[in-house]
Amino acid sequence: MSQNKGEPKQKQTGWLRVLLAIGLVLLVIGPSLLRLAVNVWLGAIATGLGFAFVALGVYLSFRVLNFPDLTIDGSFPLGAALAATLITAGVNPYWTLPISFVGGAVAGVATALIATRLRIHSLLASILVTTGLISINLRIMGRSNIPLLNTDTIFTPFADSFRQALVAGGGDGMARLAGNLLALLLFGLLVLGMKWLLDWVMRTEMGLALHATGDNPQMVRALGINTDGMIVLGLAISNGLVGLAGAVVAQYQGFADVNMGLGLIIAGLAAVILGETFFRPTHFAAASTAVIAGMVLYRIAIAAALTISIPLPNGSLTLAAQDVKLATALLVLVALWFSHAQKKK
Amino acid sequence: MLQLTNVHQIFHPGEVNEVRALRGIDLHLTTGQFVTVIGSNGAGKSTLFNVIAGVYPPSQGQVMIDGIAVTTWPEHKRAGLIGRVFQDPLLGTAASMTIAQNLTLAMLRSQPLRWRGGVTQERIRFFRELVEPLGLGLEKRLETRVALLSGGQRQALTLLMATLARPKIVLLDEHVAALDPATAAKILTLTNQFIAVQGLTALMITHNMQQALTFGDRTLMMDGGQIILDLAGDERQQMTVQGLIDRFSQVRQSALLDDKLLLG
Repeated sequence: MSQNKGEPKQKQTGWLRVLLAIGLVLLVIGPSLLRLAVNVWLGAIATGLGFAFVALGVYLSFRVLNFPDLTIDGSFPLGAALAATLITAGVNPYWTLPISFVGGAVAGVATALIATRLRIHSLLASILVTTGLISINLRIMGRSNIPLLNTDTIFTPFADSFRQALVAGGGDGMARLAGNLLALLLFGLLVLGMKWLLDWVMRTEMGLALHATGDNPQMVRALGINTDGMIVLGLAISNGLVGLAGAVVAQYQGFADVNMGLGLIIAGLAAVILGETFFRPTHFAAASTAVIAGMVLYRIAIAAALTISIPLPNGSLTLAAQDVKLATALLVLVALWFSHAQKKK
Repeated sequence: MLQLTNVHQIFHPGEVNEVRALRGIDLHLTTGQFVTVIGSNGAGKSTLFNVIAGVYPPSQGQVMIDGIAVTTWPEHKRAGLIGRVFQDPLLGTAASMTIAQNLTLAMLRSQPLRWRGGVTQERIRFFRELVEPLGLGLEKRLETRVALLSGGQRQALTLLMATLARPKIVLLDEHVAALDPATAAKILTLTNQFIAVQGLTALMITHNMQQALTFGDRTLMMDGGQIILDLAGDERQQMTVQGLIDRFSQVRQSALLDDKLLLG
């Protein structure tokens, strides 16, 4: 979120570069995007919104608090594990939302306490907690994977009536889209709600203190604010959001797996970097929108990347599901390079 | 307002690199006194400030602020009583936050933080009136991020933030040393203004002997962890820079050889 003194000139050329970048991206994956079925589009957006909580959480820890936090690789499956276990035990699926938030928050508090009380580096503290959570998640679920295909989820109360409404409106063809469309709407509502709540929190006195703790902890301490407490609060909120993401994504994709958090930090950072690079937010409310959009963009890019077909002498190379992580890494690399080149100006 | 009794500060006691930074400091400041502190490097000036601010407890001795014994209080506990401005203009403010946000935090010094409020319209109006007399045009830039301000503007803001909640003691640690002469003069004028208007008790470290004599109402000279000169009233009024140098050689039986002091 940094700007130079020559603001007006910077903004003009900045916009040009953004347009150029979008143009370039569209050129590369445009054909693939056009080939994508509507349902895949909807699925990508829905997934993006489901993971958007992760983007918000990562923005809060990495950017606002300046605390590199890898706990999310553990708090995400924790949220999923709690949700899946509760649902299969017959609990109302809507309870999974607050409970997985609290679960994630507890993980965040653990990391924060280890880092501040024991003066352990943030990365090490978060890795310690994530590692411990692998076993804890296994204990919670009782096994490494819980399917949620024929169970009640947060979508169940709406699923039938939604499908009927779609069929009535657009015929049987629309019925196929019902699942993704419902998820998109529901996730959209949840994400917007959370975003507004978070924006409001950051405008309170507490929020200002949180912000300042990441920026200049010495000044904050000189004002009599307990910076250790601020870090605990910040990581609790951040990982609570990620736990919530785990719960909703598990219910969307139909299973909870102990490994589903692996490499989540890359997706989170990708979303934040994409959001910042394309939207250049100047204050928190703009930034929270930007990282949500960044996550959606990221999932669309992944979906498109999976349909790219590169013609080769002996056949053509199509990216398959196992190439997703490489595609992700390359995408983040390009976004980082672009963002770096912009800052150098 | 401030009472230091027999304060000693020894770093690494008993080891090879033992340093006796403060040796038996006895100091008494009444409310509203503005004291300048000069001394060569290693004289113990910053150590003195750190002990007053609670960065570390003294090896020996007592510190009392407004009648309260704060000797063992940690830094954040004393934060409500003390306002501090450092030499580096970047240290006193949060660069990625706006002027209004920084001022809001300063206003809440040592008060419990609430889950509401933040930068309210009422506070913005208050800040506008507060900042306008500074003559730096900051009242039009309350929503600008501090990172975009110049060093002098940031230091002025830090000064304002340090004095906003009427602390018992203001510690100014060579706060104009990193600024160009014109801006430094402006900040010193503002310093005088803030302290006088609110009747604050202040200590100012400076390397400029002329400044030390011109500003405030009392001057302390430190050397080797002790206060060797304490000037006030007529004696101080009539003192010159050369006079200071002469007095130093008298007391120490050696010449004052610190180039920063002599040239500063």
